[in-house]
Amino acid sequence: MLNDVTEDQKNNLPVFTMNYPRIQIPFEITLWVLLASFAKIGFHVYHKITIWVPESCLLISIGLIVGAIMHSVHEEPPAVLTSNVFFLYMLPLIVLESGYFMPTRPFFENIGTVFWFAVVGTLWNSIGIGISLFAICQIPAFGVQDINLQENLLFSAIISAVDPVAVLNVFEDVSVNEQLYIVVFGECLFNDAVTVVLYNMFSFVAEMPVVEPVDVFIGVARFFIVGLGGMAFGILFGFVAAFTTRFTSKVREIEPLFVFMYSYLAYLVAELFAISSIMAIITCALTMKYYVEENVSQRSCTTIRHVIKMVASISETLIFFFLGVVTITTDHEWNWGYILFTLLFAFVWRGLGILVLTQIINPFRTIPFNMKDQFGLAYGGLRGAVSFALAFTLPDTIGRKQLFVTATIAVILFTVFLQGISIRPLIEFINVRRTNRNLETINVEIHCRLMEHTMAGIEDLCGQWSRFYWKDKFMKFNNRILRKILIRDGRAESSIVALYKKLELQNAMEILDTASGNIKLLMTKKFLAADLRNIHDILSKNMYKIRERTVAYRGKHALPNDSQTREILIRRHATIRRSLRPRSFQSSVSYLAQFICIILINYLFCWEHDHETLSEVAYPSQRSRFGKPARSSSSKAMIPLHRLGTLEEVPSTDVLNEESSSTGQGVFRTNSSYSDSRVPHPRRLYSLFDDNNSEL
Amino acid sequence: MYNYRYYCKNLHKYIHIVDVCFFTVSQEQIKNLYQRFQQLSGNHEKISRDDLERIPALNNNPIRKQIITAFFDKRNQHQNDVGSLDEIGFEQFLMVMSHFRPVNSTATEEEKAIVRKQKLRFLFNMHDTDNDGIITLDEYRTVVEELLSQSGAIETEVARSIADAAMLEVASTNVPHMAPDDFYEGITFEHFEQILKGIEMESRMSIRFLDMNTATMRCGKLSS
Repeated sequence: MLNDVTEDQKNNLPVFTMNYPRIQIPFEITLWVLLASFAKIGFHVYHKITIWVPESCLLISIGLIVGAIMHSVHEEPPAVLTSNVFFLYMLPLIVLESGYFMPTRPFFENIGTVFWFAVVGTLWNSIGIGISLFAICQIPAFGVQDINLQENLLFSAIISAVDPVAVLNVFEDVSVNEQLYIVVFGECLFNDAVTVVLYNMFSFVAEMPVVEPVDVFIGVARFFIVGLGGMAFGILFGFVAAFTTRFTSKVREIEPLFVFMYSYLAYLVAELFAISSIMAIITCALTMKYYVEENVSQRSCTTIRHVIKMVASISETLIFFFLGVVTITTDHEWNWGYILFTLLFAFVWRGLGILVLTQIINPFRTIPFNMKDQFGLAYGGLRGAVSFALAFTLPDTIGRKQLFVTATIAVILFTVFLQGISIRPLIEFINVRRTNRNLETINVEIHCRLMEHTMAGIEDLCGQWSRFYWKDKFMKFNNRILRKILIRDGRAESSIVALYKKLELQNAMEILDTASGNIKLLMTKKFLAADLRNIHDILSKNMYKIRERTVAYRGKHALPNDSQTREILIRRHATIRRSLRPRSFQSSVSYLAQFICIILINYLFCWEHDHETLSEVAYPSQRSRFGKPARSSSSKAMIPLHRLGTLEEVPSTDVLNEESSSTGQGVFRTNSSYSDSRVPHPRRLYSLFDDNNSEL
Repeated sequence: MYNYRYYCKNLHKYIHIVDVCFFTVSQEQIKNLYQRFQQLSGNHEKISRDDLERIPALNNNPIRKQIITAFFDKRNQHQNDVGSLDEIGFEQFLMVMSHFRPVNSTATEEEKAIVRKQKLRFLFNMHDTDNDGIITLDEYRTVVEELLSQSGAIETEVARSIADAAMLEVASTNVPHMAPDDFYEGITFEHFEQILKGIEMESRMSIRFLDMNTATMRCGKLSS
């Protein structure tokens, strides 16, 4: 017994132990994510690479390299691409990002076309490819006679899922016309939903020994139930989320959580009932976005956008990365005939499909697609993540599963590399219709609204029920009912006013920018105290009202960082005070200038929210892009401020007389003040925001 | 429901009117418009302003006055007249409607430019109420106020400052080097074209005159 005790006592307290199995799973996940992220950093070291080679190609290449390394040390890659992990964790994030950043106005204007291509196009592709492959299978030379029709259809459903991530980036860079962009974008999004539905249907059918016509009918009915049910769920959850955020003013820190939780919930509940979860999450995001962004604080809004972009980016990166890895480490079954024909048919059917479908839908479009657009559409049909995952989750009962996996990987690699790399020069070569992005002026906004109202009026006059009519009705419904319920401070606001306020704000910032370098204070001999008070009243009336509204986010490229702005403002304060030289009749003006600046500074914390009509001009972007709208004219927008000119000048006095007489409104006679205030616009304004957004 | 014989007699004339402006329209669509015209005019030959003002659906439109005036504006009749009419017949109705036809996809670039100009001209005429060929500040203000009047909480002051801002924008885009004593008269048609250069009008200002919805046709007149 004594020996036992001594032996026990020899086990001292360990100084250093390792317990790998306990942390293994989270540790490996973290390492993989980091590795993929390093790869992404690496690409941007050489800026030119990402222009010519899309990121997905690079990621796959890195994945291939890592896969080769792993294969040579006989390691197994993690089982990331099991059904649950992909469909429950990775896919919702990608789809949420696409749905959240979808430009709504072009989308709703082209909604018919988008759904036409997504639904009918996918059906055309999958059935076409399936039947042709089945025909090929009958040829004994290829040795694939054991694949029956159902399995072929299943495979072709997998293959027809389009994922033009790379193409969208190119389109954005080239500023391709809005219609083409939104159709490609929308098609990609909704055809994921259609593919998943088809996949489920066909895999169910593949396991049935006999297919009867009744089953076909049931299939079609199920298709509609799944699609519409998904949408209904999405809208429901979207409204609930919007309603919840109405009450979150006291718990700002967890506001972003609601957005994520409700979207994810929509996804999961839809999965529960086996209806289209992708549709659910997309419609949830679309519905929610507009109302939530008005309710939440500006920081929460930023957080939401940042986080969505981040997780979606990670998810996508990981998928492409694993595509590369798995390509090497999987057992492949190669069959020249089947795979080559798959490639051929994928191309051919897509091209044919686009051609035929465009011919049918062009008469219904106000801007028909020309041949170049069609080429862009057809060529932009890359395959990607969803095909890959679906192939991996094929049930093992399918005899030729390995062949299918190999074929899918082959098609993905081929399309991503070949088409992804060549699409950019091709698009530029054939000179697809471009769009003009710099349309953010007040005049444009006013006239767009004018046109809409005119068209709605003409339609009413003619007794037509058409697009403008519905849009009008919806906007009225929105303003009268929905906004009151879902938004905390539900006043209806015109998009023109919103744009005006936004432009005023930017204007103010530009003035501050110039103010630090070179104070230009225009003053007049007859600058009376009464005028001062008038101007004060006008400014306060217009500005303080706006202050109460919730701060919102203008777009991913214009994110004001509070602390930085504050710092700048403090510096401005100091500069203004320092550079003002006291002169007898100008001291009042200097006070006015300071006062105005202070008001503007307060104004800066109350950015106006963007009406949906504005944010839609910005395309959702996967890379950092700074849309700099032409600002050459907006600095003139703030008229009272432009009465401030140079110290030396003595402007015409009628300017201010008119001002004070008409309570300081719209003086638009351009006099000396005009020419003075025309300073070159420093783009420093945007550099404030650049630093914050360079990662986006 | 409409005077079929009268209609057929003049059908070729109607088609000619619309074709003059490089639009093509089917007989079906002209018939639809004729039916609507008859309904609005109470089976008379001419429509007066009151007829149009009685349309209930237009009540909520903030710029309904301008729209109705546009129909009676002689400048929209593709002739070089100015002034306004008291009543219009079907031909004039059709002339005004022809501004909103979508452009045929087979049209040449020239034709498209002409069409665009016509649509812009229509908008310009809506602003320029005193027919002097320029949009002055007051006219612009009126339009903006009407546009914003629907939002309820907007005061006239804000609307006016917006209009002023817009005018300044036009001025600075089109006349970048104004001398200190220059006075910007107003927006001419060329300036107007310039500021709206980037917008595509084809989708925004086109209607397809498809079949009328019989329900709305019945609702076209007030029951009183």
